Order: sequence, then structure tokens, then C-alpha cells
Amino acid sequence: MASSYKDEDGHITVSGSGAAAGAGAGSLRSKKPENTAFKQQRLPAWQPILTAGTVLPAFFIIGLMFIPIGIGLYVTSNNIKEFEIDYTGVEMSSPCFTCAQNFSWNSTKPCTCSVPFHLDQPYESNVFMYYGLSNFYQNHRRYVKSRDDSQLNGNEESLRKPSKECEPYAKHGNKPIAPCGAIANSMFNDSLELIYNDPNGTKVQIPLTATGIAWWTDKHVKFRNPGAENTNLTVVFQGTTQPVNWRRPVFQLDSDPDNNGFINEDFIVWMRTAALPTFRKLYRIIQRRSNVHPTLPRGNYTLEVVYSILTEKPRWDPVFLLNERNPDYPVRSFEGRKRMILSTISWMGGKNPFLGIAYVSVGSVCFLLGVLLLLIHHKYGNRNNAAEISH
Amino acid sequence: MNVRVGDIIKLENNQFVAADILLLCSSEPYGLCYVETAELDGETNLKVRQALSMTSDLGDVSKLMDFDGEVICEPPNNKLDKFTGTLHWRDNKYSLDNEKMLLRGCILRNTEWCFGMVIFAGLQTKLMQNCGRTKFKRTSIDKLMNTLVLWIFAFLICMGVILAIGNTIWETCVGRKFELFLPWDEFQSSAVFSGFLTFWSYIIILNTVVPISLYVSVEVLRLGHSFFINWDRKMYHNQSDMPAEAHTTTLNEELGQVEFIFSDKTGTLTQNIMVFSKCSINGQTYGDVYDEFNQKVEITEKTTCVDFSFNPLCDKAFKFYDCSLVEAVKQQESAAQDFFRLLALCHTVMPEEKSEGNLVYQAQSPDEGALVTAARNFGFIFRARTPETITLCEMGRAATYELLAILDFNNVRKRMSVIVRNPQGQIKLYCKGADTIIFDRLDPSSEDLMYATSEHLSEFAGEGLRTLALAHKDLSEEYYQVWQKKLHYVSTVIENREEQLAALYEEIEQGMKLLGATAIEDKLQEGVPETIACLNLANIKIWVLTGDKLETAMSIGYSCNMLRDDMDEVFVISGLTQLEVQQQLRKAKENILGLNRVSSTGDVEKGDMSAEDSVFEETIISEYALVISGHSLAHALEPQLEHTLLDLACLCKTVICCRVTPMQKAQVVELVRRHKMAVTLAVGDGANDVSMIKTAHIGVGISGQEGMQAVLASDYSFAQFRYLQRLLLVHGRWSYFRMCNFLAYFFYKNFAFTLVHFWYGFFCGFSAQTVYDQWFITLFNIVYTSLPVLAMGLFDQDVNDQNSLRYPSLYKPGQQNLLFNKRQFFLCTLQGMVTSFLLFFIPYGAFSVTLKDDGSDFSDQQAFAVTIATTLVIVVSVQIGLDTHYWTAVNHLFMWGSLIVYFAILFAMQSDGLFGIFPSTARNCLSEKSVWLVILLTTVVCILPGLVVSFLRVDLFPTLTDKVQ
Repeated sequence: MASSYKDEDGHITVSGSGAAAGAGAGSLRSKKPENTAFKQQRLPAWQPILTAGTVLPAFFIIGLMFIPIGIGLYVTSNNIKEFEIDYTGVEMSSPCFTCAQNFSWNSTKPCTCSVPFHLDQPYESNVFMYYGLSNFYQNHRRYVKSRDDSQLNGNEESLRKPSKECEPYAKHGNKPIAPCGAIANSMFNDSLELIYNDPNGTKVQIPLTATGIAWWTDKHVKFRNPGAENTNLTVVFQGTTQPVNWRRPVFQLDSDPDNNGFINEDFIVWMRTAALPTFRKLYRIIQRRSNVHPTLPRGNYTLEVVYSILTEKPRWDPVFLLNERNPDYPVRSFEGRKRMILSTISWMGGKNPFLGIAYVSVGSVCFLLGVLLLLIHHKYGNRNNAAEISH
Repeated sequence: MNVRVGDIIKLENNQFVAADILLLCSSEPYGLCYVETAELDGETNLKVRQALSMTSDLGDVSKLMDFDGEVICEPPNNKLDKFTGTLHWRDNKYSLDNEKMLLRGCILRNTEWCFGMVIFAGLQTKLMQNCGRTKFKRTSIDKLMNTLVLWIFAFLICMGVILAIGNTIWETCVGRKFELFLPWDEFQSSAVFSGFLTFWSYIIILNTVVPISLYVSVEVLRLGHSFFINWDRKMYHNQSDMPAEAHTTTLNEELGQVEFIFSDKTGTLTQNIMVFSKCSINGQTYGDVYDEFNQKVEITEKTTCVDFSFNPLCDKAFKFYDCSLVEAVKQQESAAQDFFRLLALCHTVMPEEKSEGNLVYQAQSPDEGALVTAARNFGFIFRARTPETITLCEMGRAATYELLAILDFNNVRKRMSVIVRNPQGQIKLYCKGADTIIFDRLDPSSEDLMYATSEHLSEFAGEGLRTLALAHKDLSEEYYQVWQKKLHYVSTVIENREEQLAALYEEIEQGMKLLGATAIEDKLQEGVPETIACLNLANIKIWVLTGDKLETAMSIGYSCNMLRDDMDEVFVISGLTQLEVQQQLRKAKENILGLNRVSSTGDVEKGDMSAEDSVFEETIISEYALVISGHSLAHALEPQLEHTLLDLACLCKTVICCRVTPMQKAQVVELVRRHKMAVTLAVGDGANDVSMIKTAHIGVGISGQEGMQAVLASDYSFAQFRYLQRLLLVHGRWSYFRMCNFLAYFFYKNFAFTLVHFWYGFFCGFSAQTVYDQWFITLFNIVYTSLPVLAMGLFDQDVNDQNSLRYPSLYKPGQQNLLFNKRQFFLCTLQGMVTSFLLFFIPYGAFSVTLKDDGSDFSDQQAFAVTIATTLVIVVSVQIGLDTHYWTAVNHLFMWGSLIVYFAILFAMQSDGLFGIFPSTARNCLSEKSVWLVILLTTVVCILPGLVVSFLRVDLFPTLTDKVQ
């Protein structure tokens, strides 16, 4: 073994040569580097090393932690009641087929279709009603940017001059569109009603709450109507026009002044674009009314879908599809689907078995890996008998 | 300033000389002036320059106005120590040489003023001519990095193409129908055009995978590593007040990959402090100490020195142990006195008598210093020198010799002589030089003495001493006058002046009488054998390339343990013709291979005669050494023999090349560099090592006695050879280790960060929509993740310095390029890709139907972005945590600081007031338990595979590093 050469660090052994005297005199401004821990790379440090003693317990701990979490998540998710119904009306048998296919453009009456369904279990507590769309690319780059946040925040200038991002939905004729852009233009506008068919024969319309469905911050910070508080929205929006696909101007979305204009919650929910092409958005809340009866008792229900009609014939091409025979919210052209979802909620949100299953499987894999590594370590591990260090 | 050729300029004390000027006159007597040439060659001793005696009295402006001389001289060149020219003035010719020139860059010292005529100005000056030939050195990691960046670029284009094709298909199948809600842009005429635009969009979005910031970060790291080298106290030399210095910041990690070291001997392995240790006078040796039984005594610290107190002017530091020599001098033995008189006269040393009796000698070569000092202590004190005289103090009596001529030393002549007229009026020639040269020029009467002396000389050489032979000659007045006229004529010739002078010198240096020989000990530097042993253990091959003679080189080889008696064989190649050399090389090689084949027949037949040498290289157990002389090397370096030489040299443990010229040193380095694909390091201290230092991958300069030229040309410099061990095994190893870890992590990080966009492309209609928001993309590489990895790259230590030195084998992974190569690159990018895949798809699975706990949906883009971004920052932080072996406070600060800064910026940007664009997404999103569950899950899943792999590697195939930890 080679003994490393020991440096006489710290010893100032000036041997009797002539040169040494010069160095001694020069020690006033010696070039000797400073003896600091930083410069000598001797900073105190914690040196973690991967050893069986640290890695294996980590695996077991992760495993033992994840499996219960996963089970908890899975059980919670399973306890959530969820009901989903597709009402796109693609199949002949679907009650909405007629409306979707044959509804005449010229008809003045809105088309309504009723979809019956049965709930096997009673839904306790608040029930949330969602609409779901699939194959709808709300995350397309051109779609995502086609909005004017400043306009939606109540900026008057942007109201008159929508941002270029909104093209081709920035102006209609000479009038600026409010709200501008492709997102607003394509707002979901089927109206859904829920009717409970009481076993005694009466039909009870279930009251749906339309407020409280948007994030508080969106409603109070991000979206604002132009003009001062409590001014007449009709006046404020004068000189603008509604999006081409819309049947009503934005200030007529709701009768409640606190839920109208840009701060209409249906609108806000729509404007928060989904990350993935299949998504669901909160539509209404069914508040729990009494402690005795479930919010939605077990039984038969009917979903009434009222398709909106476009009031005016749109002027340019892309919308021509609408003109033909698609008065409902048109998704069939791009093979989209429309769904209505009823769901209860837990501490972890809605029904989502993925997390639970993922946790359980990752936990189990961790645990098994821990066992496997332990076995490998015991059988082949080299570290213990590595006391001899050869060159 | 408009200094033109032909101008006469005045210089004052301590001024820089502005151009190459011819000295005309100065404030000092005889037109002398002193200059410091530190800027030119690094030597700090004062040099004297003297004006022509004709011009030295032009000391005032009016006389200078009348000066109308004409100088004819050589064209501009870069030789700092040569100048030839003639001055034509008043119908006379005067020869000009370097002694009359003040070169640009010198500083005038101890001279009040001087006047000079500009010969070269501007770019033609010798200083400028010497600039700009430096080769740009780059490390192999650098080259690899460039290749990898090109690959990544190709990969980027591939991704762009895939996504562009995807976009075309999507626009055709889906987008066309989706026009209902999302009409095409007006300029978008077809799906193919859309695909084309998408390609460029994706190139822009995914460009973060080509790490531009990598280059900046790498430079920062290297700068840091260079500072650590500069700051290392263990590479600081107390005596000379010299810390180690990294002159370059680009080569640090290559220090961890060196396989071949080419070392100079003089001043590198040895101290280049010459000590007059023995001599042979008139056939008798002096210098060894014998005890009462006539046994040679080992000289140690305790051995009593000769007492020089009889001599008030002696140098106290001088030590000599043999009293008989002093006695001989004291008893007026003429040979001994002549011997020391010669040493006191025949040299170019400048004396400096600071105060009465306090003499300091300024010698350009340490040999001369040692000899003059020896003469001084033995009573022949060299006291003063003027251009025409030399004043000695001979045994207490002052004696002034008239200096008639100096026949100076050069590499061809290998001797120097002086011609003096002694106080008695006799003209004498004193000559000292290499033994072979002197012996050829002796008077036949000295033949017996020559044999005796040459016996002594070989004895001295065997002990590793440097020898010189001394001779003298009496000249008659008439002969000298004739010779002197010839000299005067020749020295004004321009063409072939050198050769004619040499011939003239040759003529007078004939028929000399031998006086004796000196032996100077060339002391080994501290710790040299230990260092060499240690570097050998680290699998670094050390070749010694020296200008010394074979015997000296071998003796140094033995004293540094490079050659040992227990070696199987030491091949000495000293053939003079190509054929001889070829035969010797072949024989040596067959010898090694043959022996080895015999030893290996026992187990496995190693294949036929043409088996590859590399196979044998690995299996050679026996130790061989190769010593090759300069003559043979010249032949061996011919193209047809160089492979044989290289193969043989690589089979040997030790290679020593002696009598090599500076050019050959460079050629040997170049040979290895070209054919071995190995990193070479050249270490040297003198001007003769400059070419080798510049040729090798890494040049190291030892700032020793031989001036600063090597240091100036080098990449690293320090004062002692033994620091090389620390530079390579500690700093080099760390640098390499850190750089490799840094690169692997950097590529991993960028892939993990960027490829998420790629996966998202499949779900957003290939529309070049980004996952993260713009601010995150901008800040990720600069703010959120740059500092922890820099801290790792600067401070990480897998093994501390003591262990690095204790286990030199730790150095081997660097030589084999194991820590970062193409395979490692693939592994780390693969890890990055997998991470990005998991980063995208786990949140994807969790988010496809996720809801907030107040029922509102929250699978929106911004929440998705915040979740993935947060997970990414946490994952890469955990990963760097696992990659860091050495957690200093700085690491902690940067690591936790980065995370805190991330969250601070996230919440600040998304606060209600600041930006209306994405208010409170972070707050809404990160207050959600399920989001944290997703983050936890993703982090664990991303980290686990890497952890398992590294654990298994450490557990099952531990490297030496793991064991040492």
C-alpha cells in the first residue's frame, strides 16, 4: 500500500537556504491561500450513503404507508354515488335522436327530449349535477388563447376593442363581440331539468341551484362586469353584440343581476378550459333540503333536455353546419358525446378509483421490492464483507 | 503613441520598454543598463545590457541629433535570445547582438535613463511575434457534450416531425370537423400546412431539451474548480511562497482522466538546486567522507561540515564534508588553486555586493551558481565584474583579471571559455564543459590524467551527479592578437556569423590541459518517489523525458523508484542507425511477449503469434523498463517504427527517454496522444519543456529555478512535483466526478421537464399547447433548479481527499471514462423520459374525472399545470438530493431555497391582485388533499426505479468508491 505523502501543512520549517529568507520576509503579503473550510473544501457536510440500512426500511415504510392510504381512497371513492347518462342521441333508440337528427331549423318551438333513468340507491347529502363532453378539444392551443381576459375582467376599452387573440370571433359586423373569442362562442347551452317520477304518479321537478358552482376567486376576482356596480347591464353592453352562436346577449343569461353578464357562473365554469378532451363541468347543485329524506330518493327520474335554438342565421361558413339541422349543442359532427352526471362528494372530491388503485399497487410494489431487495441483499450483498479494500 | 522604426526614444528608470530598441547610451558608466525581463521569459534576475562603446557617449540631445547611423538587421522573428545586425556609422561597421537590445516588455531597472533607437515596433517586436500560437485545448467531455447536443437536436427534430405528422392527421380527421367551434386561421389552407406550422411551434416549445444553459453552467463549475485548485493550501509551497495556479478553466475534469504523464527531469523531479558535492582534481577525488576504517560514510544531517571560518566572505549555506580539499587549497597546491580560479573566472554570473562582505550571485543557470559559490568558499571569491575586468579575491588577496573574451555556452558547443590576462600579464584560456567535448580537445600530455578523471566521472554519473570537465591553456600574446583580429572581423559579418564564430572558437579551444572535473548533486524534490509510486498505483504511466545523459537519467530513475533492481529487465535502446534501433526494439518486444507466452501456456493458449498486443498488455505481470536515448528516439519516431516503439513502451512499466531535444519531447507526446486515445499530461519547468507542455492535453508547469517560460505556457502550475499527486488524484478526480454527475443530472432534468409537452401533444390535438404556464417555463431552468445542481457540481465529494490519496485506484474510472459516456447519457435521458411520462400520465389518470371537495370541477388546464409543475420541481429536487453525496450548508440552502422560491413565486404570481390571468389557481389547487396525494404518488413513482437500480448496483456490484465510503 502506498502511503500518501504527508504534506508539512502548517509547519513553517524554513530550511537554511537563502531563498527561504526571502519568503519569510514576504510573509507580509504571502500568497498562501486562506485556511478556511470553504476554500479548502472542508465544509462540514452530511454524507448520506445508500445502504441496506437506509434504503430497505424506506421501501417498507412507503409500502406500509401507501397501502392503507390506497385502501382508504378506494373505499371513499367507492362510497361516492355516481350516476352517468349519455344523452347525445346518436342511436335510433335514444329519445333524443329525433331532436338531434330531425329537428327543423325553422321551428319556433324549442325541441325537448326526455330521457328516463332509474336511481338504484338514494343519494344523501348534496348532489352535484355535471354535464360531460368528450372529444371536445377545449385544450387546443388556438382555442385556449381565443379569449380576452381583460375584457372579461370588466375593462371597458377591451369591451369595445377585443384583443386580436379573439379572431375570428372578435367582431361581428362592425360591432365588437362581448364576450369575444372561440371559447365563449362555443359555450355549452343545453338546458337540463331533472324530474322525479314519484311512485304515486306525480312528477316532481327537482330544484336546481345555479349559483356556487364557480370558484370564488373566479367569480369575484377574475370575472367582472364592465361599468360600476349595479349599473344597468343593457346599457353597459350597448354597442356590442353577442357571440355568433349565442341566442341571447350576455346580459340576458340570467335574471339574477348577481349572476348575469360576465359573472354568470355557467359562463365562468365554461371559460375555465379543461385540460383534457374528455371533461365534465359542474352544472347545478341539488341542495339537501331535509335531514329526513334523501336529496334524491331511489326511484325513476326523467332528464329533460331543452335544446336551445339559435336566433339568427350565422353569417359565415364555419357555422353553416349549425344551419342545417343541428339545433342542439352540436357535438355529433366531431363524434363528441354529451353526458349528464349526478354525483355526491367526499373529502377527496369525486369518484375516482384511479388514485386508490394506484396507491395500493405502488404500495404493494414497494413492499414486494423491499422484500426482494432484502433477499438479494442477504444472499448476494457485497457491502458487508467488503472490509478488505484492494487496490 | 507613434513609435516608429528609426525613432530615438528616451527611457527612464522603472519604465516599460515600448519597442525593441537598440541601446545607444545610458546614465551608467560604459553605456551599461539593467533590465528585468520577467514579462518576456519570467526570469526575475536583472540582466545587463551594454551599448556599443562608440555610441555610449552620445549622452545628450544635441549629440543624438547628429546621430545618423544605419542599422541592417535580421527580419522580425520570435527568438527572444538572438539578434543579429550591424550598425553602419561614420564609415565603420559595428556588430550588434542581443546584448545591445532592449526588447519590448522589459522593464528598465537601476538605470536613471537611457536612449535607444527603435529597431522593431508594434507587431514586429519579438514580444508580439511570440504571441498567438497557443493551441486551443478542449476536454474530451467537451467534445462528447457537443456530440450529445447535436444528438439531442436531432431528437428534437424527430419529436417535432412526429408531432407535426400527428397534427396533420388530427387536423384531417378531427380538426376539420371541430371547425364548428374552432375555425382554422385564415392563412391556414390545409392540414399539411397546419402540420408544418406545428413543427416549428413544437421546435420552439421543446427547445428546452437542448440545454443552452448547460454551457454556461459548465463554465461556472470549471471556474469554481479552478478556484479550488488555486486555494488549496496543500499545494502551496512555503519556501517559494507559490500557491498552485490554474491558468485555464477549461481542462479541470480532464485532470481526472490522465493516463500518461510525461515528465521532465531537471527541476521537475529534481529540485534544480545544484550543490557542489564532489570533484576530481588532478586525478584525485574529493568529496567523500571516510571514517577511521577507511569506509565510506553516508552523509547525513549530522555529518560535520568543513569549517570555512578562515574565509570571511564565505557563503554560510554552503556545505562540504571532505576536509582534505580545504587542506589542499590551503597548502597552495597549484592544481587545486587553478581549479578554483577557473571556477571563479569562467562563468556569466553577476555579483551583487549589497553591503561589504554580503555577496549575492545572480546566476542564470544554477550549475554556475553552485560552482562559483564553491570557489568562493574555497577562497577564490568572485567579487566584481565590469565588461573588461573580473575582480577576484584569491585567498585574501585581491586580483584583477583583464577579461579579453567570453566564448559563450550553447547547446551545440556544450562548453564555455574565457580568455583573461592575469595580474602577472599572462594570457590564459579557461574552459569548462561536457566531459566528452573537453576530452576531445585536450593536449596529448593530459592523456593519463584524462583516463583517471574519466573513471571518476563515470563514478560520479553513476551516483546521479552532474559533471563538468575543466581545462585550461596558456596563450601567447602573438597568437592571441591574430585570433582577436579574426574575431573582430567575424563578429561584424551578417551572414553565417554563428557558424564562423563557432569555427573560430573551435580553433582556439584546442590542446588544453585538463584540470579536473566537478560533480554537482542534483537534489531530488521532496516526495518524488512516493508520488511516483502513488501515481503508478493509480494506473498512470509516467515517462521521463530528459535532456540529460543516459547515466544521469538512469540514476535518477533508480533514485525515484522508477527503475528497480527487482525489475525483470531494463531495455536500453541506444542504436545509432535505424536498423540497429529496429532490431533492438523488436528484440525487446519479443523478449517480453515471449516470456509472457511461456508463462501463459500453462492455462489457456493465448492464440497465435499475431495475437493482439493489447491482450498481452493486460496480462503482463512481469515488470520491464525501457530506456531510450535521443539518437535512437529520432529513428524510432520515424513512421515505420513508431508503432513498434509505442507498443513496446506501453508494455513497459517505466519509460525513460534521455538526451532528447525539446522537439522530440513534443513528438513523443504527440505519438501517444495520436495513437492511444488517452489523456496525456506533460509536466516540466524549463523553456525546453514548453513544446511538450503545449502539445499534451494538459500542460503543468513547475515554477522552479529555470525561469517562468514553462509556467507561462502551462495550464496548471505549482512549485513541487509532489503536488501533481494531489492535483490529479484529488482535484482532477473530484472535478471529473462532479462534472459527470452534473451533466447526467442536467440532461435528466431537461428531459423530464420538456417531454411532458410531447405527451400532452397527443391529448391536445398536437396543437403545441404547453402544459406549464409561460412563467414556469422561463423560470424553471434559471431559478427553480439551477442552484442545487450547481452546488452539487461545486461541492460534491464522494470520497474525501485523504481517502482519494490513500486509494489511488479510485482514479481508474476516470481513465476508463466510466462516469459519463454515451451509455450513461442514454441512461440519464431514459430516466428523464420515463419521469416525464409518469409526470404526465399519473396526473392524467387522476385528473380525468377529478373534482374538488366542494363539488366544482377542477380538471382545468391551469390546475393541471400547477400540479405537474409542482410535482416536477419536487421530483427533480428529490433526485438531486439523492445524487448529492456531500451535503454542505450551501447545498441545503440552495435546495430548500429553490423549493421555497418556487412556492413563493407561484403564490405571488397567482395572488389576487398581481395578475388577473390566473388568479388563485395555485391556492385553489394546492389546498386540495387529492392534489397532494397525486404529487406524493408521482414523486414516489418517479424516484423509486432510480433508487432500486442504484441500490442494487451498490449492493451487488460495489465499486471501490462505494467501499471506501
